[in-house]
Amino acid sequence: MKHHLLAGVAAAALAATPLVAAAQSVTIASWGGSYQEAQSKALFEPASAATGVTVKQETYGGMADVRLQVQTGAVTFDIVASGSGSAARAGAEGLLEELDYGVIDVSSFYPTAYSKFCVGGDVFSTVYAWNTDTFGENGPQSWADFWDVEKFPGSRSYRGSVAGALEPALMADGVPIDKVYETLSSKEGIERAINKIRELKPHIEVFWTSGAQHAQLMKDGEVDMITGWNGRFDNAKKDGAKVAYSFNQALLDYDCFAIPKGAPNKDVAMQFLAEISKPEYQANLPKYITYGPTNKAAYGLGTIDETVARALPSHPDNAAMQLPISLEWYAEWETIASEMYQEMLTE
Amino acid sequence: MAAEAIAGAFAPGDAAANAAGLRRDAARERLALFGLCSPAIVVVLIVLVIPAGWLFYVSFIGAGGAFSLENYARMIEQKSYARIFRTTFEVSLATTAICILIGYPFAYFLSQLPRRAANLCLITVLLPFWTSLLVRTYAWLVLLQKQGLVNSWAIELGLWDEPLKFVHNLSGTLIGMVHIMLPFLVLPALSSMKAIERDYMRAAASMGAGPVRAFWTVFFPLSLPGLFAGALMVFVLCLGFYVTPAVLGGGKVILVSMRIASNIELFVNWGAASALGVVLMVLTLATLWLAARFIRLERLTGAH
Repeated sequence: MKHHLLAGVAAAALAATPLVAAAQSVTIASWGGSYQEAQSKALFEPASAATGVTVKQETYGGMADVRLQVQTGAVTFDIVASGSGSAARAGAEGLLEELDYGVIDVSSFYPTAYSKFCVGGDVFSTVYAWNTDTFGENGPQSWADFWDVEKFPGSRSYRGSVAGALEPALMADGVPIDKVYETLSSKEGIERAINKIRELKPHIEVFWTSGAQHAQLMKDGEVDMITGWNGRFDNAKKDGAKVAYSFNQALLDYDCFAIPKGAPNKDVAMQFLAEISKPEYQANLPKYITYGPTNKAAYGLGTIDETVARALPSHPDNAAMQLPISLEWYAEWETIASEMYQEMLTE
Repeated sequence: MAAEAIAGAFAPGDAAANAAGLRRDAARERLALFGLCSPAIVVVLIVLVIPAGWLFYVSFIGAGGAFSLENYARMIEQKSYARIFRTTFEVSLATTAICILIGYPFAYFLSQLPRRAANLCLITVLLPFWTSLLVRTYAWLVLLQKQGLVNSWAIELGLWDEPLKFVHNLSGTLIGMVHIMLPFLVLPALSSMKAIERDYMRAAASMGAGPVRAFWTVFFPLSLPGLFAGALMVFVLCLGFYVTPAVLGGGKVILVSMRIASNIELFVNWGAASALGVVLMVLTLATLWLAARFIRLERLTGAH
């Protein structure tokens, strides 16, 4: 009966307006905070206006929520924003629909910024940031400096989970940037990185667990030096936080969009992803958060001016000093490394 | 039913039939009572027993989707799990102890006040109780952090020079947890104190006991059941506490609930987190069982 009613309403809508798309909608789940706000203003709202697809936004807690929805057969999300690594794992687990790159045009994307299950939405960096009240504009210039509590005395904050936590430790321990994942590909290598964090642990005041939290810690001046995602720090700075960061030895990563298996509006979602992957939308994202486009063509539109472009993680000058995250390493080692990391945290 | 029992009682000379009738009657009444309870039993079955059984079942499913003990083996192999359980029990015990130290005298104070004044003071306990837990937790963060109100005022007033580290550690966790758990101790303790006849204290006084002795020998033992019920409630609630330690502990005070959350994120199978839930549940039940024995012991010694 409900269906009849809906069909009736749809028919009435069809009769009243020639816009079929008006009846279409997608539910998008993302991470909230200044990040989702930026996505909303640059991607979702303009794409919704252009296509007539109604966008319903939610925040969610990551792929565990998707797993719950898929396994109970009650999928409500059509599109989820995800980290590249967790999307790769969720895809391998069978939680995501394969993306149709016949619909989504990735011809001008960075070749590493899309995968079978997830199409890149923005490029970001995991950086070290510091309180400019404590260290001035010229704070630590490398991970070795981050670890150097004599040269840079003050409290630290570090990530409470293993993602993006081991690579900096190895670089601080003197491993060259191009040998980091090679070194990490054994238990001994992981232990070496964790030992380096053990060394710093007495100075680590907070192990942060979310982007909103590490931005807040800097806004409140709670710690002097921290790791985190560059865009969050820029937005905290706009809100008056005394914070600066450097791209040197940072970790280059990307966020992406995926479609949960059995999404109620899968086809609309695919079309919508095709829309927001276009360079004209991606070029607007840096206005709201300093995350770079995954679609290289966005740089050619003239929307992103040179000063903004130079501040983006994916700018060639910045990208050259960074370590691109290895999804293969995470797929193989994350669970093992995470258990070892928890050992260190609970000591 | 009653009429039949009475008729049975008046049947001349047949004591056996009488007894049988009474038994029948009692059985019927039990059945009727059971029938009245059945909706509640069904609800408990659906919302408690079945999910808990499911949790138990899932905890034995390994990453491969087949029966496996790997989720439990992991807890034995990795030292971090034992440490997390230890921290959980230590934090819960400390919270309970502090709640008793603050809550018992407060409840006593309330119980001695005139009714109207007592109700007014009780609001100070109830009002925060009705406020969102998350709001209260973040409020503590705002108050106690380095640049927070407490530190900046104290430094302004010259009480201390360097900001004290109240949050992002064990002390922050305890402050937040005690604040949130306090009503659970005060309310049962207060209700058992209110039930104590004031005449008992007068009787003690008339027999020559000073106020202190009267308190310890008469009032305190009589107030113990309420205190114990409250303390037990606080302790058990603490064992599964998530939000407050996660926000105020700075990621360094890791309790079981937090590990459950991170295992859900990390592992493909629910079993990794379910097994933690099962172990926590078993340990909680064991604590309750021990506590029940302790209470009975308490009554025995109290009776003499």
